[in-house]
Amino acid sequence: MERGSKLLQLAAHEAWHQSGWKRHGRIPIVLGTTSAGMGLGEAYFRHAITRPGSQCRQPTRVTYYQPQQHAIDLADAFEFSGPTTIIANACASGANAVGHGWELVRNGRADRVLVGGYDGLSQLVFAGFDSLQALSGTTCRPFDATRNGLALGEGSAVLCLESRDEAIARGALVLGEIIGYGAATDCHHLTQPHPEGNAAIMSMDRACAVARVRPDQIDYVNAHGTGTPLNDSAEASAINRWAGDSVSRCRVSSTKASIGHLLGAAGAVETVICLMTLQEQWLPPETGVEQVDPLCRFDLVRIPQDARVETVLTNSFGFGGANASLVLRRHG
Amino acid sequence: MSLVFVRGWGAVSPAGWGAASLVQALEAGVGLATNELVRPGWQKTMRVRSVPKPQARPAFLAHPRLRRSSPVAHYTLAASIEAIGDDASRVADGSVRLGVVFCVMSGCVQYSRRFFDEVLRDPSTASPLVFPETVFNAPASHLSAFLGSSSENYTVVGDSTAFVHGLEIAAHWLGEGRVDGCLVVAAEELDWLTADAFRHFSRSVTCAEGAGAVYLAAAPANSTTVELDAVTDGIPFTDRVSVGDAIRLSAAGLPAAKANELLVDGLRGAARLDRAEVVAWRDWQGPRVSPKSILGEALTASAAWQCVAACESVSSGKHPAARVSVVGPNAQAIAARFKSSRTSS
Repeated sequence: MERGSKLLQLAAHEAWHQSGWKRHGRIPIVLGTTSAGMGLGEAYFRHAITRPGSQCRQPTRVTYYQPQQHAIDLADAFEFSGPTTIIANACASGANAVGHGWELVRNGRADRVLVGGYDGLSQLVFAGFDSLQALSGTTCRPFDATRNGLALGEGSAVLCLESRDEAIARGALVLGEIIGYGAATDCHHLTQPHPEGNAAIMSMDRACAVARVRPDQIDYVNAHGTGTPLNDSAEASAINRWAGDSVSRCRVSSTKASIGHLLGAAGAVETVICLMTLQEQWLPPETGVEQVDPLCRFDLVRIPQDARVETVLTNSFGFGGANASLVLRRHG
Repeated sequence: MSLVFVRGWGAVSPAGWGAASLVQALEAGVGLATNELVRPGWQKTMRVRSVPKPQARPAFLAHPRLRRSSPVAHYTLAASIEAIGDDASRVADGSVRLGVVFCVMSGCVQYSRRFFDEVLRDPSTASPLVFPETVFNAPASHLSAFLGSSSENYTVVGDSTAFVHGLEIAAHWLGEGRVDGCLVVAAEELDWLTADAFRHFSRSVTCAEGAGAVYLAAAPANSTTVELDAVTDGIPFTDRVSVGDAIRLSAAGLPAAKANELLVDGLRGAARLDRAEVVAWRDWQGPRVSPKSILGEALTASAAWQCVAACESVSSGKHPAARVSVVGPNAQAIAARFKSSRTSS
């Protein structure tokens, strides 16, 4: 099994058992990933050029490189079946997957949906970000005035989504409610965001419009906050404009400072972090910041703190101008 | 599914640039000529069906975003521009909110191989110009940027069925009023690496490349048009559901066929790989066409060509409706139906 797929299986196992779901006829799967089984793809290429006459294990590498196979493996592991959607919107993939799955439930197209994101580190991806000089040579410190890049990570998060009524009817432990999802496309550049974060504002506005909440009703924003100079300045501008007069009360942090940038998994993992803030009533801090970028007019959370948290928003942005935002609410 | 109209379609295939060349090849009914692809380490070449060079340099290549883009992006743009037609200007002026669903299986494999080859030789000199183009959603991003659309844009990765699933995603975006029009496009490019990978599963399949696009909207363009009538669930192949069962289950999800309805199937002309689909559709009495047997196997792009062929057949009045059966090489089966729709507008 490929590294990313293993991470996915582990996360799904935890989510499935926590949800109390049993075998079920039809459960659509919606997953986000940027590179799927890239480690196997790399192994395939190495083998193909160094041993061109040998087929040894090559068919297996082809099969398990593909994300649709990872979804099938999930369904087989938990004995259910359903259509599969794999969204590869770069680093917004995980958030898009959660949002798309939520829409399936919200619109009555599915009773339950298994959603998530996953990515394992690979040589190609590491070298790619390094070639772009996007990696920090010191520590990742998003929204710091002297930030100098991101820290790559790997991981997975899986969520079991079902309608509120069905969850309550079966007496499930509800960890939180997704109430809004918005997506937008930034046409500025393939790898650089619009300097003022125009598409980020659109995705936040759209998510809040669906959720029927105003920016001043958002208690915490889990920022995309990669730690690269361009991403963070664009996102800070976007949050400033989006929050408007309430920006000074808007509490923001990027958890990538602690766990790294999980690429296709990031949006799903950060959704889980938001659920934790709603459950436990605290704000996750951003570690490593020494000097807050003066562009940040919001309240950058730098130490762990208890707080009343009812509604949160999480941002995920990616190459290609993929922007996605989710709004979550405390249940009860 | 709410009313969804097909407002246009486009294709790039081994038959040429444009849906007309694809239709011409299907009407001729003869497998297109193959060409040879060099595989490093082998003296023997691989037989494939490549997209011929365009007669003139496509105008879209003048756009700054397309300068360094890969063939899969070029195919994506060409098919999409053909499909959207005059509505492109309405996207640019903001009067049409355009969604994009880009579907792909093997992706930007030429640049990925090239970049990883550079990484293995010396990671410190691997090109930062190439890496961004290796990302799955690069062609979709270029498409939105070229047309000037900031609306929803998904890249859906999967086997051949992803394109038909993409039609369903677009239909729901339209039904919810989130977009006014939606381009669903699939594209694949040839490389020795993908041809080599396919060879492990069948040596009788001829790999191909290209793109197909369908432009959907909630309103028809004129009085006689094509309607996307139905899209089934993708039925995955599992330990409990065989490939044949998945094809039958997906086919059963479509409305009853009319007289003279066309079946656009996914037969490749490879007996072992085709067996399940042949058996599943053995009772079909109506006309049928098998684009892959003529154009080759281009994964998601093949499914798009099947849908383009279906739309052409309905639009031309040759058939009142057409159903498309797509059987992925390893994941699931899915089906869609297009029908003629005469409106009063």
